[in-house]
Amino acid sequence: MNKVDQVPAAYRSNAEANREMDDIGRMIRACIQCGTCSGSCPNEFAMDLTPRRLWRLVLLGQEEEIFSSTTFCLCSACYYCTLRCPRGLPLTEAMYRLKQAAARRKVKAYRTSEAFYGSFLESVRRHGRVRESEFMTLYFSAMKNPLLPLRFASLGLKLMAKGKVDLRPPSRGDMRLAALFDKVARLESRQLTRNDR
Amino acid sequence: MRYLYYPGCSLEGSAREYGQATEALMKALGVQMTEVEDWTCCGASAAEARSRLLALALSGRNLALAEQMDHMDILVPCSACYLNLAKSNIEIGTDEHLRAKVNEILAEEGLSVRGKARPRHLLDILATDIGAEAVATGLARPLTGLVVAPYYGCQCLRPLAAFDDPENPQSMKALIEATGAKALAWPMGAKCCGAALMNTKPEVGLTLTGKILENARTADAIVTVCPMCQMNLEAYQKKISKRLASDISISVIYLPQLLGLAMGIDAKELGLDSNLAITPDFRRFLTATTAEAC
Ligand code: SF4
Ligand code: SF4
Repeated sequence: MNKVDQVPAAYRSNAEANREMDDIGRMIRACIQCGTCSGSCPNEFAMDLTPRRLWRLVLLGQEEEIFSSTTFCLCSACYYCTLRCPRGLPLTEAMYRLKQAAARRKVKAYRTSEAFYGSFLESVRRHGRVRESEFMTLYFSAMKNPLLPLRFASLGLKLMAKGKVDLRPPSRGDMRLAALFDKVARLESRQLTRNDR
Repeated sequence: MRYLYYPGCSLEGSAREYGQATEALMKALGVQMTEVEDWTCCGASAAEARSRLLALALSGRNLALAEQMDHMDILVPCSACYLNLAKSNIEIGTDEHLRAKVNEILAEEGLSVRGKARPRHLLDILATDIGAEAVATGLARPLTGLVVAPYYGCQCLRPLAAFDDPENPQSMKALIEATGAKALAWPMGAKCCGAALMNTKPEVGLTLTGKILENARTADAIVTVCPMCQMNLEAYQKKISKRLASDISISVIYLPQLLGLAMGIDAKELGLDSNLAITPDFRRFLTATTAEAC
């Protein structure tokens, strides 16, 4: 894939997408490749790239490799690397930035996480406070995988038995936080356009 | 003692027993809590995975509401809510440009935030302000003979390290010992449970949680201070036992439930019926100690 020709739908221009990666690069510019982050990460065993190598690729601007790796999807925000990095770099935050960038680029490997977080936020937008069962219903329908609900069935039954399942059906609600969400979106797009000039 | 109280969404849903126990315990300790009026979701780990500005706005809204009330220490039982509120509070308080942006968003609702509130984790308030002696003084049902593994998880400790050593935390030890129980010394107290990976990458989540449960074998119970940790540790024990081909089942309860039991609060009032992992042994222990108290 030629990343110059292929502008992700959620961006208005290549410049936007590039600037986002530059910002992340700036956050970790002082990396000395010591590997403390990799050695501290509880999920490193499941990653295809160690965190240290991921930061190297960010510094080199190797976008394709970064977003075809699952490393950032496997960050559980434990903050061990942030705590221990000898250069004091905000690594967990940089992982979050990669997640944000992956969501905008509609990266395939990030689809599950994005659907999960997106469904959560939709419920918050509607009601102000998340309704857990609505959130899961939205998640299942976003994933369009008929087997997925099965994976959660036993947890669902346990919670049901304890009377912990909110039985209110999904609803539009009073759109409690819709104005806040809209305003954030407007500000973000305004900022992007302004920076482009 | 008085605090503002931010329960957060899970304490109204799948972790409602954490809310019940926190309220019952604070009442028994003579601590007053006033709920932040009209609070909404802090964004959990979802908002920051989507947009930093959204995360700041969602937390900022609650901080603004708290600032309108008359005291500034906010008691937060959920570690994820605590970190979101505390981090946003620092960023809003120190970065003028960011503060202006967040206020531009909040202005739609006529709110504004300065970054002057003090979000604090429940564990911080219990260990630092209230102290183990207060629990010991109110001891009504000594939990003698019980071995308890203190599990802190990540986000109440890191990255802020506001009240405890972020690598080798100790703040729960004195509180547990004040109940008459023994605090297990173990290496897993500050390790990660996998958080949302349990849902998005279950294999990884089960591995992480499995390691914690395996290491708690010599304990009678694990205590937690976060709804997400609690759920990961209590809800998947059968699956993990199968994977490890060995029975790792153990009681998992919230810290205020443990302290509340020791202070003689009724198990029902502490929401113990709602926990997903209470072993028959633990129930027997409770019945026996109740009888003793009577
Ligand atoms: S710990 Fe910090 S300096 Fe070391 S490799 Fe990781 S990011 Fe670079
Ligand atoms: S914050 Fe993320 S990348 Fe860093 S050590 Fe924890 S899981 Fe690994």
